[in-house]
Amino acid sequence: MTEKLVIIGNGMAPGRMLEELFEKAPGAYDVTIFNAEPRVNYDRIMLSPVLSGEKSFDDIVIHDDAWYAKNGVTLLKGARVTEIDRDRRTVTAADGRSATYDKLVIATGSTPIVIPVPGHQLSGVLAYRDLDDVDRMLEIARNGGRAIVIGGGLLGLEAAYGLKRQGMDVTVIHLMPTIMERQLDPPAAYMLKKALGDRGIDIVTKANTKAILGTDKVEGIELEDGRVIPGEMVVMAVGIRPNATLARAAGLEVNRGIVVDDGMATSDPAIFALGECAEHRGVCYGLVAPLYESARALADRLAGGSAEYQGSVTNTKLKVTGINLFSAGDFAEAPDREEIVLRDASAGVYKRLVLKDNRIVGTVLYGDTTDGSWFFDLMKKGSDVSTMRDTLIFGQSFQGGAPLDPMAAVAALPDDAEICGCNGVCKGKITSTITGKGLTTLNEVRAHTKASASCGNCTGLVEQLMKLTLGDRYNPAAVTPMCDCTDLGHDDVRRLIIAKGLKTIPAVMQELEWKTSCGCAKCRPALNYYLVCDWPDEYADDYQSRFINERVHANIQKDGTYSVVPRMWGGVTSASELRAIADVVDKFQVPMVKVTGGQRIDLLGIQKEDLPAVWADLGKAGFVSGQAYAKGLRTVKTCVGSEWCRFGTQDSTALGIRLEKFMWGSWTPAKLKLAVSGCPRNCAEATCKDIGVICVDSGFEIHFAGAAGLEIKGTEVLGQVKTEDEALEHIVALTQMYREQGRYLERIYKWAKRVGLDEIRRQIMDDAEKRKGYFDRFVFSQKFAQVDPWSERVSGKDKHEFKPLVVTGFSEAAE
Amino acid sequence: MTWVTIGRLEDIPVRGARCVDTPEGRIAVFRTADNRVFAMEDSCPHKRGPLSQGIVHGTSVTCPLHNWVISLESGSAQGADVGQVRTMAVRNDNGTLLLDLAELRIAAE
Ligand code: SRM
Ligand SMILES: Cc1cc2nc3c(=O)[nH]c(=O)nc-3n(C[C@H](O)[C@H](O)[C@H](O)COP(=O)(O)OP(=O)(O)OC[C@H]3O[C@@H](n4cnc5c(N)ncnc54)[C@H](O)[C@@H]3O)c2cc1C
Ligand code: SF4
Ligand code: FES
Repeated sequence: MTEKLVIIGNGMAPGRMLEELFEKAPGAYDVTIFNAEPRVNYDRIMLSPVLSGEKSFDDIVIHDDAWYAKNGVTLLKGARVTEIDRDRRTVTAADGRSATYDKLVIATGSTPIVIPVPGHQLSGVLAYRDLDDVDRMLEIARNGGRAIVIGGGLLGLEAAYGLKRQGMDVTVIHLMPTIMERQLDPPAAYMLKKALGDRGIDIVTKANTKAILGTDKVEGIELEDGRVIPGEMVVMAVGIRPNATLARAAGLEVNRGIVVDDGMATSDPAIFALGECAEHRGVCYGLVAPLYESARALADRLAGGSAEYQGSVTNTKLKVTGINLFSAGDFAEAPDREEIVLRDASAGVYKRLVLKDNRIVGTVLYGDTTDGSWFFDLMKKGSDVSTMRDTLIFGQSFQGGAPLDPMAAVAALPDDAEICGCNGVCKGKITSTITGKGLTTLNEVRAHTKASASCGNCTGLVEQLMKLTLGDRYNPAAVTPMCDCTDLGHDDVRRLIIAKGLKTIPAVMQELEWKTSCGCAKCRPALNYYLVCDWPDEYADDYQSRFINERVHANIQKDGTYSVVPRMWGGVTSASELRAIADVVDKFQVPMVKVTGGQRIDLLGIQKEDLPAVWADLGKAGFVSGQAYAKGLRTVKTCVGSEWCRFGTQDSTALGIRLEKFMWGSWTPAKLKLAVSGCPRNCAEATCKDIGVICVDSGFEIHFAGAAGLEIKGTEVLGQVKTEDEALEHIVALTQMYREQGRYLERIYKWAKRVGLDEIRRQIMDDAEKRKGYFDRFVFSQKFAQVDPWSERVSGKDKHEFKPLVVTGFSEAAE
Repeated sequence: MTWVTIGRLEDIPVRGARCVDTPEGRIAVFRTADNRVFAMEDSCPHKRGPLSQGIVHGTSVTCPLHNWVISLESGSAQGADVGQVRTMAVRNDNGTLLLDLAELRIAAE
């Protein structure tokens, strides 16, 4: 007969426990979960990337509704349990829903500590614990202003970084003299503070908050020393407290957390506690790795086994993109301890090992954390390091003259070395699952072992293990390298550029171990695009990495002359524009004038030296570059629409012009062509464009992913919107999504095929927040992109490009 | 040898090229990332593409017309393509660049 298992709280710990339980003893329990949050189980540690906009909520869901259905679990969403009746073995939620249990698991997590300073109840004072907190932060962040984060620990700094990425000014208030003092020693804290400072986050240390100011919502804070910092939001990230209220009320033994034994049982043998609310051997944990270890033990117990949880050693990584930080153990100085320190200021590296009796007891790594798992492993095992003391700090690859080859380093790791910190997966588990289950892809390995399935920091290691285990059968050829200079594919490179905060081509090549000194004609333009797209305000375009057309802003022709195509917004021109073109044709004796397929005029056969003068004349008539050469916005074709045409339903010409004026200058993975037709007769051929609009009586039908060049393909419908403003927002958001995800030279239809039409529709049509995010990022990058390259060159930029170095005749040359 | 001063090293962009016009045609002068300088005819062995307009990487240039890769050191096409561009000697005297036009002149006479 199946027993009734009831779980209070639907966080990460019980989620993992259930997975293990269903694997060990399928069907043994009839499971009911009460969850105060109105949603499924998600990866709480990934809230920071959601806050910073690097991920969406859907990306971080661990168990979707289908999972609960499949496993026959009753999930009561939005049900906060208020009472446990141990005599009748029932739990009851605030809304009256209740259930009886044979076994009960309390997994209520922790509650964020709120310091009760005056003003702490004001609207705009937030904690950082769940998705609702993130949603509220994003809502306030939308209006800009300053966010004040109280607490310079892991959570506070991640919140600060996320809010900064959302465009707010951010100040962090920290009580202690250095940030993250529990995980970092002062030098590492200093480097971190500096790196965050470079990212525009102000950090005030040794500061105590006296009051939060404001009448009904936050207007700022006042510090003990009298300083006042104005702001629109206060995030309190000063610590957490195990959430043991229910257990205490039910008369269970509670210290700081709910006291459990090695089998995770509370003082009532029918009741277990798991996760941050539990206290095991006097310790309450606040990181997932130990919780997962105890979840495994509990699953075994519930399945009838006798596993014992022994406690865990933990380590910390900070999930702030581009900052590498690792810390573990205890690194306070003491007379019986020694330390080994390595600094490389130019590389921004600081490493410190604290030894006691020739064993590592603490590690702080900043800048280069590759050896984190190795040091952590030595520390957990208490290995004697005296034989390698002198070279220990240089890391594992240095020991015994082993080659500096990452594969060899991974091969040398022992089977019980931890690979995935979040999920506590060790090397042996990964390799044996690969062999045992015949896995060949990264996604399969993620599904079966959970390694690299949470924060993703260990993906590289996992892939190396796959290569090691499968040899040639692991076919990372599924990833086509960008070019011969690297083994990484476009997507990995894009991900790593963001993840490691790489902002120059040399930095990318250095950090990602390019095999050539300065790349090639394939990778350099691609990297240049990725950097322009990802860091619009910070990256300085690398001119020498652009194809000649984008370097001189004209199209090279077979004879080395150039063609010039000025913009004619939406294909509309005027007598004065045509006159100016005619004058240029006469003055420079342009051999060919042609109307293009893109509704504008092409002047062909112009000498390179004449380009600036041609542009100067065109510029006087108001023309800007048509970017007929760019991997960027090309043309927006229009038809005459409702202003003239008897069938026109909307002003398609005006919308086309508006789109072109909004989007010109933007760089995209490959060229981007738009069209707007005034009715379904579709005279502007919108249904074979990268993005097209068909106007209808009730609004605008947005199309995308068409092709009419090397391949021919009708568009797909993205969706329909009512107003011109919405049409613009959706199109711009779609473009930005493509900009952020497309591989260099990949037209929109190929990208769409790769990521899936439904996914694109979901993000652009259904998820208003996502759409807004994309839109805003596009608008931001346009601030730096909308500069007419022709007028820039007319005023002297890149002068050298249009003139020979020297003109020499042989008579002078001969001596 | 007929050394003619053509300019300064800094006149050429790093990983870039400038041209020298002579009665016998254009010479492309390249500067690599490590500041080495090479010169050759500005004409691709494939279909006479202007090599000076290509992307410079390592000690090669990729032709802007159809992506042949030409070695700056030897002037020969790389990979599967076969072809040869005429190279000339350039000298860097403390930043002043000198080009040897003797060979070109012989060809012209
Ligand atoms: C001028 C123009 C032909 C004309 O006389 O009408 C033209 C000329 C060139 N096209 Fe085009 N395309 C022109 C409209 C098109 C169109 C029609 C359109 O835009 O409505 C298409 C099909 C739609 C599309 O883009 O898929 C088109 C599909 C291509 C392709 C195939 C692209 C593909 O991914 O399938 C290429 C090759 C490429 O980009 O790799 C190409 C490449 C070129 C290049 C840039 C070839 C090159 O790399 O040098 C030509 C430049 C000539 C020059 O110097 O101006 N052109 N080309 C048209 C310029 C439009 C404009 O005002 O900017
Ligand atoms: C922003 C952020 C970043 C983090 N980053 C990291 C990191 O990088 N690495 C790391 O290891 N850890 C990190 N953590 C910590 C990690 O998320 C937690 O340790 C982990 O989620 C705890 O799991 P849990 O199951 O114990 O509790 P939780 O995941 O907190 O789940 C508890 C659930 O119980 C519900 N609940 C509470 N009371 C009741 C009730 N009475 N009735 C019904 N339901 C109730 C809550 O609503 C909640 O959904 C981070 C945490 C946050 C907030
Ligand atoms: S598509 Fe419709 S609106 Fe456009 S020109 Fe043709 S008939 Fe007119
Ligand atoms: S002309 Fe140089 S590759 Fe064709």
